[in-house]
Amino acid sequence: MTAILEAHSVSMVVGGATLVDGIDLCVAPGEMVAIVGPNGAGKSTLLRMLSGDLRPTRGQIRLKRRDIQSYPPRLLAFHRAMLSQHVNVTFPFTVEEIVHMGAGDAGRAAAQRLVDAALGEVDLAHFSQRQLPTLSGGEQQRAHFARVLVQLACGEAQHGPGLLLLDEPTSSLDMRHQIDLVETAKRRAQNGTAVIAVLHDLNLAMRFADRIVLLHRGRLAVDGGRSDAITAETIRRIFEVDVKIDYTEAGVPFLLPQTMRPAAAQ
Amino acid sequence: MTVLTEGSTKRRSGYALRPPASVTLICLFGALAGAALIALTVGAAGIPLARLPAALGLWGDAGAGPSLARDQLVLWSIRIPRIGAAAMIGALLAASGAIMQGLFRNPLADPALVGVSSGGALAAAAAIVFTDSQIGQNFRFMQHQLLPIAAFVGSLATTVILYSIASRSGRTSIAIFLLAGIAIAAIANAGIGLLVFIADDRQLRDITFWLLGSLSGATWPKLATLAPVLGCAAIACLSIARGLDVLVLGEAEAFHSGVDVERLKRISIVLVSAMTGVAVSVCGVVGFIGIVVPHLLRLVIGPAHRLLLPTSMLLGAVLLVGADTLARTIVAPAEMPIGVLTAAIGAPFFLAMLLRQRGLVSL
Repeated sequence: MTAILEAHSVSMVVGGATLVDGIDLCVAPGEMVAIVGPNGAGKSTLLRMLSGDLRPTRGQIRLKRRDIQSYPPRLLAFHRAMLSQHVNVTFPFTVEEIVHMGAGDAGRAAAQRLVDAALGEVDLAHFSQRQLPTLSGGEQQRAHFARVLVQLACGEAQHGPGLLLLDEPTSSLDMRHQIDLVETAKRRAQNGTAVIAVLHDLNLAMRFADRIVLLHRGRLAVDGGRSDAITAETIRRIFEVDVKIDYTEAGVPFLLPQTMRPAAAQ
Repeated sequence: MTVLTEGSTKRRSGYALRPPASVTLICLFGALAGAALIALTVGAAGIPLARLPAALGLWGDAGAGPSLARDQLVLWSIRIPRIGAAAMIGALLAASGAIMQGLFRNPLADPALVGVSSGGALAAAAAIVFTDSQIGQNFRFMQHQLLPIAAFVGSLATTVILYSIASRSGRTSIAIFLLAGIAIAAIANAGIGLLVFIADDRQLRDITFWLLGSLSGATWPKLATLAPVLGCAAIACLSIARGLDVLVLGEAEAFHSGVDVERLKRISIVLVSAMTGVAVSVCGVVGFIGIVVPHLLRLVIGPAHRLLLPTSMLLGAVLLVGADTLARTIVAPAEMPIGVLTAAIGAPFFLAMLLRQRGLVSL
């Protein structure tokens, strides 16, 4: 299957510091990829380059076989949707109005259907008339996720499977809504969308992602299936934490952090 | 990190109760008609409502004679152009405030507050002094156009400087924005002070008029400058309304949502500068309309720009027609500068807004 997104030796240098260093990445339709790594590994920078928002210092990113920098913003928004980490809304827009922004200039009736469906999916239908700034951080995050889902749906209706980028989408969600959100993204992937999510929770990543990309100091350390990407050895080397890895009855790996600073223990 | 939230106090429990757009628009049109009617009848020369149709030359018979001729003169050469100018300038100032607030994602932005009006006034004052100079004599023939153009260029330069200082890599620091605005206003005012110093008596009178703001200079030719700008601005406003809505998410997020952010910013900056500049060139610096009007409207109709921009124009027109009527009647036959009046009403309002949000603001 042809890849939706191809990154060829992409680097980002800001003021002499190399934040992302020569990363190659291909993502096919229907694939769900988790990007993990310690703080400052370059995860968010990589994602912002993959979204077309940041222009890489070196290398090229192609979305559907076309240089992502060559898309005009409106067209790009039809092919990829992105949920940023912090979105701070200063004016009293209602949840529904915010989610509607994802629909662009789609027809009123069609947009309303998508908005209602997305609000249901993020469990915010009862808050649709609330002003967004009055909601909790987690609820706001879910509202923005609904907006991004609407944008994705509008684009896919016209242009086929698209790309969904999520930057730490679960950072302020409770456990139930974390699972809800990742499962929703997973359903999109099963319908053909290519999903790339920066995740902090390795267990969540191993539970849902088809592939795990582990970044370390701007470089791609590991790129593979959940069992070969995450081993106790890798975690010790990159996160500097001792972990125990076990498997559920279904064979899904999960890990339990043990002690910090294994280097001193050795 | 800056968190600034408007109309989101707990006691309103966060639910939005908004009247239908049509009701809001009808109410505002009604208010504008009412304000204009009152403005027509009161003033140094009172014209009772019953005499108005006859004095306007429409219908009715108020008995001919010298008093009718006087009323007609007062209405057609003084009051009507003045009311028209007040309405159009109010519309321009309120909408430029709303656009600026959308651009900076902050309800405290106002062209007069952050020096954009002062920049325009400085350029206008410079133009006044310049046209009297030796070289300037050659440009006298275009004096009517020169002032609005100078004010526009001054406002544009100020807005561009302000924007490039306050925003870095897509993020706008509100503290830096407001402080830079204060500094720019101070620089512009120093420049105006210098011009006042070198100006002769007649120029001084002209410049003072700019500084305090007054609509007494409104004439039909000035309306002819205002009207096309207002018309173009109204059309441009509709075209940027959705972009400004999405921009509330942040520049990167607006780009992710398909908005051409750079283009939107360019259009908004030129629009704010043109609207403020032309308004300043006709009536001088009139503050706080741009901050009070959009704020009041957001509380009632919400922040969506598609409705906020046109309603701001209407409410701005109503307020400035009302304020101008007040300015020329409370100390009649003298006249209070309208800039003084709007500041006296607007500044306490601005403080109240700050107090209400004190818990939610962090600079």
